[in-house]
Amino acid sequence: MNSVVLPAGDEGSSHAHSNAPGHGAGGPASKRIVVGFGFWIYLISDIIMFSALFATYAVLAPATAGGPSARQIFDPNSVAIETACLLASSFACGMASIAVSQRSMKWTQISLFITGLLGFVFLMFELREFHGLVARGDGPTRSAFLSAFFTLVGCHGLHITAGLLWLGTMMAQFYAKGFRRDIQYRYLCFSLFWHALDIIWVAIFSLVYLVGMNL
Amino acid sequence: MSVEGDLAPGYESQSEEGEGREGIAEGVRSYVLGLALAIALTVASFWVARTHILYGPSVPVALVALAVAQMGIHLVFFLHITTAPDNTNNVLALALGVLIVFVLVFGTVWVMAHMNHNMMSMHEPLASPPQNE
Repeated sequence: MNSVVLPAGDEGSSHAHSNAPGHGAGGPASKRIVVGFGFWIYLISDIIMFSALFATYAVLAPATAGGPSARQIFDPNSVAIETACLLASSFACGMASIAVSQRSMKWTQISLFITGLLGFVFLMFELREFHGLVARGDGPTRSAFLSAFFTLVGCHGLHITAGLLWLGTMMAQFYAKGFRRDIQYRYLCFSLFWHALDIIWVAIFSLVYLVGMNL
Repeated sequence: MSVEGDLAPGYESQSEEGEGREGIAEGVRSYVLGLALAIALTVASFWVARTHILYGPSVPVALVALAVAQMGIHLVFFLHITTAPDNTNNVLALALGVLIVFVLVFGTVWVMAHMNHNMMSMHEPLASPPQNE
């Protein structure tokens, strides 16, 4: 009799001891986890959208229609500066995350300001490059290669622009409302967004610029 | 601190808040290590691309490998996506994303390269007869 009852008892007790979310006993996951996971799903969908633009660029890169090719228009120094800016910006954003977790207003604002400043410098170099291309008549209408190039790199630039606006509102929210829990959730999403943009830039500078200069 | 079953991306496994100086030092060390690795890989990418250290046709392959490595560094040290058991949900979502990206990019490049090849032979007669007929 006992041997029949025991397994059922064991199972029951193991359920009672489990407090992991998803098993019923622990209740739903905490809001911080749900927010972070949900935003992570969005970021992955964004990366999938960028991968479609990368695939388009890879197919159209040789279609220069008599116009300039990748190796003729890319400036390695400008790309190096942009890469350095965005990497340093991502690092400053990480420092801001630590400052937020320590509830240090001074260091949060300083780190976020540096993050934004470096992002702005990046954007200026990118706009300078785009302006130079368009001024020479090598705008997005010149060839399929340039259409794909402007779409891919410009889409990343638009994300950076949106990120800078978001960054400004985050600084204002921390300043006006303090380290409230909901503000911290918003900041978590922003920091994930900013780091993810740097990952996309790694793909752009390696696969578009550096590979393009070698073809 | 209560034990939780899952962890959001962007958070480290052990320390979260209110750990004082120890927590700051730990966090900064992690970001500095990530930054150092990312700089090393970036410099390696530019070095490979700008010099003739590698055999020409192998340069794009090396650049892809370095880019993938650097993305991994960013994921682990900046986004804190790790292989820890409390990160399973995030890693599974990432795995699905990587699968879709892989199929999309390689599928497109593969199909379009074949299409270009086949279309080319219609109006550009081959110098020598096709070998694999």
